[in-house]
Amino acid sequence: MADDIFTKIDEKVKNNKVMLYMKGTPDFPQCGFSAHTVEILRSYGIPFASEDVLADPAIREGIKRYSNWPTIPQIYIGGKFVGGCDIVHELHERGELEPLLKTAFSG
Amino acid sequence: MITPNEIKETLSKALPVSVIETQDLTGGGDHWQVIIVSPAFEGKGLVEQHRMVNEALKAEIGDQRIHALALRTFTPAQWEKLGS
Repeated sequence: MADDIFTKIDEKVKNNKVMLYMKGTPDFPQCGFSAHTVEILRSYGIPFASEDVLADPAIREGIKRYSNWPTIPQIYIGGKFVGGCDIVHELHERGELEPLLKTAFSG
Repeated sequence: MITPNEIKETLSKALPVSVIETQDLTGGGDHWQVIIVSPAFEGKGLVEQHRMVNEALKAEIGDQRIHALALRTFTPAQWEKLGS
């Protein structure tokens, strides 16, 4: 059963250049950290996919084990785990997020 | 609840740390922002750096003495650049 969840997550992570696991939806985030992450991603004007972990308890638990990361939101760029809200904020501030996104979208 | 000194002590035992700055985000002693500068972060990505800090504070997070932890991690070179 755990494998099913991992497969499901893996497909989304691999098939979307930017994949965001969040609480709520980009238009109706249910948590400040998820909202802030959406705001940062939107500032780049790039498309991203998202999944609401509150809608599926199995995904909510599964995603934490998938990345071995205890919190949500979680951002994946180019199939790789990039971090949560803190890290995305930090990368954004340092100007390191744009090159990551560029690489993902040019590949 | 935890004190800034307890955070500093626990982290310094786990990592070589050149700077630790703590900020109590709510005044309740359990929501913290911590800035950590460590040469041990050299060559590591932010995910790995945060993992190292979370691992060091695992007990405190586990028993809820720390309820929320916002991290900013830097290598000494990055920290120096920020200051200048």
